[in-house]
Amino acid sequence: MSVIDTISTERLWSVLAEVYDPEVPVLSVVDLGIVRDLKLDGRKVEVIITPTYSGCPAMQAIEWDIRTRLLMEGFDRTDIKITTVLSPAWTTDWMSAEGREKLKAYGIAPPGPTASVCDTRMFAQDEAVQCPRCGSYNTTMVSRFGSTACKAFYTCGDCKEPFDHFKCH
Amino acid sequence: MSKQALIDYTLHLADNTLILAQRNSEWTGHGPILEQDIALSNIALDLLGQARLYYQYAARLIGNGATEDSLAYLRDSWDFKNCLLVELDKGDWAKTILRQFFFSAYQWCLYQQLQNSKDEELAGIAVKALKEVAYHLRWSGEWVIRLGDGTAESHRRIQYALQDLWPYTGELISAAGYEQTLAAEGVIFVPSSFKDEWLAKVNGVMAEATLTLPANNWMQSGGKEGKHTEHLGYVLAEMQYLQRTYPGNEW
Repeated sequence: MSVIDTISTERLWSVLAEVYDPEVPVLSVVDLGIVRDLKLDGRKVEVIITPTYSGCPAMQAIEWDIRTRLLMEGFDRTDIKITTVLSPAWTTDWMSAEGREKLKAYGIAPPGPTASVCDTRMFAQDEAVQCPRCGSYNTTMVSRFGSTACKAFYTCGDCKEPFDHFKCH
Repeated sequence: MSKQALIDYTLHLADNTLILAQRNSEWTGHGPILEQDIALSNIALDLLGQARLYYQYAARLIGNGATEDSLAYLRDSWDFKNCLLVELDKGDWAKTILRQFFFSAYQWCLYQQLQNSKDEELAGIAVKALKEVAYHLRWSGEWVIRLGDGTAESHRRIQYALQDLWPYTGELISAAGYEQTLAAEGVIFVPSSFKDEWLAKVNGVMAEATLTLPANNWMQSGGKEGKHTEHLGYVLAEMQYLQRTYPGNEW
């Protein structure tokens, strides 16, 4: 009997918690809220994921990494199904508190606790972002788009270091 | 529901975002400042992501072996249904950000409606894209204001761009045949339904940017029906030549 025959959904969730975001390798796809659901039917597994940003190039890599991890766990190639759903739309609200802490420790300012669609009024005052290194709120946005589409680029007025901020989405 | 109208409409949405993504990408590596080079490239990436979602949906609707790649790389200019506004050459920075502003304001209005469409796929894509468009709208609108209410040269350049681009904005809020069909079936609203909202956004930013709208109100159109300017030819030639030269090639 294969180990797959006795695998539990709990075990599967912890397996997926070992699949990391290729850009931010301290965050797992579970921390990010990308994995929406898991369906286990005998030896068949279906993982339901949702994309973060429409054009996020990491989503393809994440899909491959999930598949590879499941193959390593013992699932058969033809028994693995990864389904992408668009609705409900991914939001930074789904990022776990643990995920936010990991981001901060990595040097990226996490998104605010409540997701807010960017205020479309021109030059509207944005919420102050805290520097992940020194904790100061004396920070300035350099660009609304940073190293990736999901991040904005900031600089700290106190410790003078630049940092990325994971945008509210 | 009229399937052909839905296919045409989805392709229209896909073509809009693909062609604009291509035009914006021409700035990658050539932006005036590094952070803005990155910003515009990220916007192009968001648009490309939207394009892929629409093409994938269109391919499913068409069937017959159609894929996102065959739709993007193997159709000719007369099959493309993008608005003329997005195929125009990028010009200088002023023209690029002004074009982006007009288009993002249009997407903002359009997606707010589409997120409630009874077509679940279109609604799903719209909800997703709306959050991204909010950032595009802020970024481009703020640049219009900076340039308009900037130096004498920046003001001259963007006022010139406004004369240039204004005749292409009418098409955004006019309905093609397939849009009228879908509106009659209650799947979407005709674009003229958000004309006031779009104009309000535009007028607000123009005022703050101290820019004057052209007096001439002649509007160009035809893109939605496959009648394009010479500019589209250049975009497609560059984008499609590899697939057409080596059909079926893959990484």
